Amino acid sequence: MVAATPLDAVPIVARGTTLEVCGVSHHYTLRGEPLPVLDGIDFRAEPGEFVALLGPSGCGKSTLLRLVAGLDHPTQGRILANSAMIERPDPSRIVVFQAPTLYPWRNVWSNVAVGLEARGLLKSHRRRVDDALKLVGLENFAKALPHQLSGGMAQRAALARALVNEPSLLILDEPLGQLDSLTRLQMQGELVTLWQRAGFTALLVTHDVEEALFIATRVLVLSERAARIKADIRVELSYPRHRGDGRLTALRHRVLELLGLDATW
Amino acid sequence: MFSAEPQRAWPAEITGARNPRGGIWWDGVAAGCAWLGATLLTVGLTNVDEWDRTGEFAAIEGVLGALVFALALIPRGAGPRLQRLGPWLTVLAIVLAAWEVVTAKLAWLPPPFFAPPQALLDVYLSDWPRLGESALRSLLLLAGGYSVGAALGFLTGIALGWSRIFGYWAHPLLRFIGPLPATAWLPLAFFIFPTSGSASTFLVALATGFPVAVLTWSGVASVNSAYYDIARTLGATERFLVLRVAIPAALPHVFVGLFMGLGASFSVLVVAEMLGVKAGLGWYLQWAQGWASYPNMYAALLIMALLFSGLITLLFRARDRFLAWQKGLVRW
Ligand SMILES: Nc1ncnc2c1ncn2[C@@H]1O[C@H](COP(=O)(O)OP(=O)(O)OP(=O)(O)O)[C@@H](O)[C@H]1O
Ligand SMILES: [Mg+2]
Repeated sequence: MVAATPLDAVPIVARGTTLEVCGVSHHYTLRGEPLPVLDGIDFRAEPGEFVALLGPSGCGKSTLLRLVAGLDHPTQGRILANSAMIERPDPSRIVVFQAPTLYPWRNVWSNVAVGLEARGLLKSHRRRVDDALKLVGLENFAKALPHQLSGGMAQRAALARALVNEPSLLILDEPLGQLDSLTRLQMQGELVTLWQRAGFTALLVTHDVEEALFIATRVLVLSERAARIKADIRVELSYPRHRGDGRLTALRHRVLELLGLDATW
Repeated sequence: MFSAEPQRAWPAEITGARNPRGGIWWDGVAAGCAWLGATLLTVGLTNVDEWDRTGEFAAIEGVLGALVFALALIPRGAGPRLQRLGPWLTVLAIVLAAWEVVTAKLAWLPPPFFAPPQALLDVYLSDWPRLGESALRSLLLLAGGYSVGAALGFLTGIALGWSRIFGYWAHPLLRFIGPLPATAWLPLAFFIFPTSGSASTFLVALATGFPVAVLTWSGVASVNSAYYDIARTLGATERFLVLRVAIPAALPHVFVGLFMGLGASFSVLVVAEMLGVKAGLGWYLQWAQGWASYPNMYAALLIMALLFSGLITLLFRARDRFLAWQKGLVRW
């Protein structure tokens, strides 16, 4: 279903972004009270790194991603992309949101094309849309409307919508959350292949410890809200990785311990 | 009626589509009999008063009856659309026959307030130039006022939803003036505007503009903010956000506004024609009442019903086209 058609019809120009998050704290205001969400987050992602964020629900992962995307501004601290302050959204940093919000009035093809259309690149790059659809296995649903898709298909369409833009920083908020476990495993593999080929920097939020360890070069474990970085774990295993690898199992134990979930393991 | 299917799915017991493979269309036979029966009643019983066109009326009933009867007996004579109309055709014949009997034949409903069907037929046959012109004048006035009102209301609504400064000034005005029924402006409008035509165009536009503006505005205001976030991260400009995100997302609301505006514009149109404009169906009604010619009134009312219903159908057709992506559309 997920064909291994590459996006290599288009030359890859963008290399990965260097992302620096320097002392970022953030709070929302909830009924007049400040609600601290992030507490002094500090890390640096090198070009082409794949960083996974793991943390309990509601700890502030999506908030951090919004700040990195430039949709909101941190109350404290600075976020730099290639040494420049992030002030507004930019198509070099593409987000796949937690909910695969597609535009219901556009069919799948034009949903995927929306980024190119917004930047006036659609005429010259129509092929890219087709390729992205093939990549996520939706080439036969190009004409379908979003309400005719299953949850998992919608999420794959959202992924394709991000990939056509060839971002140098790909920000993923549980992009595989709604997929069934089989497709999920398959898409994890696809994501790794894609990242290796395109060389972008990636920031992935996930609830799934195994997924984080299988995909990422580095896993940041966050605390409960307000989130701090509890641990910064490097996963120094070469690709392709094997899920049964003993070193992954050991890392998994360590992460679960950090999350306070090792008792049942 | 909520339905996602393109065709209405009435159950087969009602639609008479019992016999899809051809053969005899039994509902058609019933309808044909009903129409032929109505013909016999019209010809056979004598009128209490003199009524012109009784013969023509009977002829139309008879031809219709014979036609339906023939179509019912010929295999595949009636298409599925006509077949679905079968029960309605029967009931229509019965109602028409009953109307004929209680007016012309028994005079239970006394003239001149009640007129038999042939009197309406007489109006259509003898007064069609005036009726036709009235309908045309109404239509033109409505088209002018409605399109101006809808366009201005739409732009106002978008601006209200998008621009803080515009909202600051326009919102209180809209809240204060909008709820006034357009008819309340009538005396003033006829006084201010140079011609009664421009005055009533203004009134129709006003009646249309208010609901369209309010609903467009609420549509823009209720757009899922994730739609904007996504477009912005994908590199959308402000222009793209308005034209390609806000407006399409608000369209379902805009349509409700257009529908409400159309209803409001009908009522203000008729009142304006009755009171100031010396043309149009509203004027025709007023004129017929002045001469106590009730058949003309019924005839004009019937045309008005057809016209307005047709316009609403058109609006719904347009909606079906533009909002085909929506699930569960209400069918008109
Ligand atoms: N717009 C907002 N206004 C006020 N509070 C908010 C807002 N968005 C998020 N929050 C709060 O901030 C906290 C962190 O939210 P966030 O969405 O970042 O969590 P998360 O780590 O992504 O959780 P999950 O894994 O369940 O998606 C939550 O307590 C939430 O209630
Ligand atoms: Mg989240």
